[in-house]
Amino acid sequence: MSANTRSNRLLQPSATVRHAILLATGALILVPFVWMVSLSIKPPGEIFGTSFSFWPAQFYGIENYTKALTEAPLPRYMGNGIIVCATILALQILFCAPCAYALAKLRFLGRDLLFGMVLIGLLLPHQVLSLPLFILGYQLGILNTYAALIFPYVVSPFGIFLFRQFFKTIPDDVVHAARLDGLSELAIVWRIMVPMALPAVIAFSIFSVVGHWNDLFWPLIVVRDQSLMPPPLGIMVFKNEEAGNDYGPLMAASTLVVLPLVIAFLAAQKWFVEGMTGGAVK
Amino acid sequence: MASVLIDSIDKNYGPTSVLRGLSLPIADGEFLTLLGPSGCGKSTLLRILAGLEVQDAGSVLIGERAVDGLKPKQRDVAMVFQSYALYPHMTVASNMALPLRMRRLSAFQRLPLLGRFMPATPRIAAEIDVEVTRTAKSLGIGHLLARKPGQLSGGQRQRVAVGRAMVRHPAVFLMDEPLSNLDAKLRVQMRAEIKELHRRLGVTFVYVTHDQAEAMTLSDRVAVMLDGELLQVAPPKDIYADPDDRRVAEFIGSPKINMLDGVVRERGLIDVAGSTLAIEADARAGEHLTLGIRPEVFHLADHGGQGALTGSVRMIEHMGSDLFVHLDLAGLDHPLIARLLAERAPLISPGQTLHVGAKPERVLLFGRDGRRLRRQVGSGRASVTPIREITR
Repeated sequence: MSANTRSNRLLQPSATVRHAILLATGALILVPFVWMVSLSIKPPGEIFGTSFSFWPAQFYGIENYTKALTEAPLPRYMGNGIIVCATILALQILFCAPCAYALAKLRFLGRDLLFGMVLIGLLLPHQVLSLPLFILGYQLGILNTYAALIFPYVVSPFGIFLFRQFFKTIPDDVVHAARLDGLSELAIVWRIMVPMALPAVIAFSIFSVVGHWNDLFWPLIVVRDQSLMPPPLGIMVFKNEEAGNDYGPLMAASTLVVLPLVIAFLAAQKWFVEGMTGGAVK
Repeated sequence: MASVLIDSIDKNYGPTSVLRGLSLPIADGEFLTLLGPSGCGKSTLLRILAGLEVQDAGSVLIGERAVDGLKPKQRDVAMVFQSYALYPHMTVASNMALPLRMRRLSAFQRLPLLGRFMPATPRIAAEIDVEVTRTAKSLGIGHLLARKPGQLSGGQRQRVAVGRAMVRHPAVFLMDEPLSNLDAKLRVQMRAEIKELHRRLGVTFVYVTHDQAEAMTLSDRVAVMLDGELLQVAPPKDIYADPDDRRVAEFIGSPKINMLDGVVRERGLIDVAGSTLAIEADARAGEHLTLGIRPEVFHLADHGGQGALTGSVRMIEHMGSDLFVHLDLAGLDHPLIARLLAERAPLISPGQTLHVGAKPERVLLFGRDGRRLRRQVGSGRASVTPIREITR
């Protein structure tokens, strides 16, 4: 019965148009990705050939991927990426959750002004701050270290904003009950608010990890040492120095770099949906 | 076990004054209900008792100890919230164990993984488990300990909230409209259980509600609040039958008390709604006052004239054993409601003219300022002594 009504609904002209548009935009976004994977398994001759096909005539994947993994220290780059992203995420949650709690649930003078400043921080593009941050990093003497890659992102206005909005939806009574139960304010943050805001934490983690894994701009400025480079910067250097116009291994390296994100996202997506529906039950 | 003394509490939110010089002594082991419409400040007062809000002036004593500077957890009070305020990510057992864990385990012993390996942790944790299980069983939720609040019904959640408050044996129980999220049938059942709980524990309960039925059935004393002030504090029957103030009389009772404007004709006679009633009033001839007559005070009179009110029947509501008759009276913009025995029903029909009388001693008189005018003679009852219970 319900399957019937669903297929009927799909057959309506408006639904057909709607899905056609969705499919077209979806394809548009997917094409470069698919093209990258396709190029990563083609031999050089086919990459610049005139014929167009997604599937290679001659499978050249093993050569390309071997070259990507051996000619550049790709595992090292990815290890760097994991260290930097994990540290950034951990510190962001460590600082954002208490800030967001204070802005959402405590009453103090100047709270709204502080929240306004967080919103201004949200509006500022990172590039605007890059020069002052670079000078700060220089004066602290941390350029060309992991710390340089991490310190500008430790406090995330977006994280504070997102958590604050979610904390706002948690009833004050829960905070009151926790205070009566003997929890300190920090214990309320970590034992009550953050677990209750798990969907927001996961959503923020996805944004944060994707953003910093893919970041090229800031690492390009502060890191010279190849052993410290995160994946995108590594690939860029690899392209310039080693591969030249050798696009097959380059695309293979790119695919490998994106792969953990895709896996992580698919895994977290299930969690994300669970968290959302779990929170929706009264 | 502790008495509570609320002494001249003021509370303002910006320019809005929520509580004004409110004082109220509560005896050890008493069940006191704060009753009033929403926005009257009763929940604010409860949160001040709990230490969740800070008063602008005045002080709170719990068990003869001033608690004004103390944090909520140091006050030895527990609270049950309207929304239950359970922690949705914890099981029922963890919800109930949390207040005990926070009190008995040190910060190190509470550490997520390491804490388990601290010397005394297993023993204390086992004790807590035993107490939680015992409390849960006494509330009939022993089989639910492994569930999360999201998997429970409203009534079960309510019990968990009560259990979380009970488990640490507080000196004072604070309850903020704990039954208002339940359906009508469950509410009556839980009302009886709360009454039984109070009898069993024998500790002081301060209960906030806007539901007069809850206030009347549960309380030793009811404190009626309006606009941040206490209008009257008295046992339920006195609040109903012997109100100090017109607003108390109007708030308590369903259907509402009938309020009729009258003028004193001479000593012992009051003109009201085109009729004259023989009521003794402590007022001079020509003075205006208000008569408060509860619906059940009326009885059918054989004829009109002196001592009876005459009106035409607008509507009849059958309530089973009783019926509520709405009467339109000359010079009255709202109908008078009389509660009569249902046996009369066949004899009364809409549009009919009806005469009703009221026993003079059961008519309440209020002055122009809304204060009760008590009669010196006739049936003048002794005035209520709110502190009688305290000095007991």
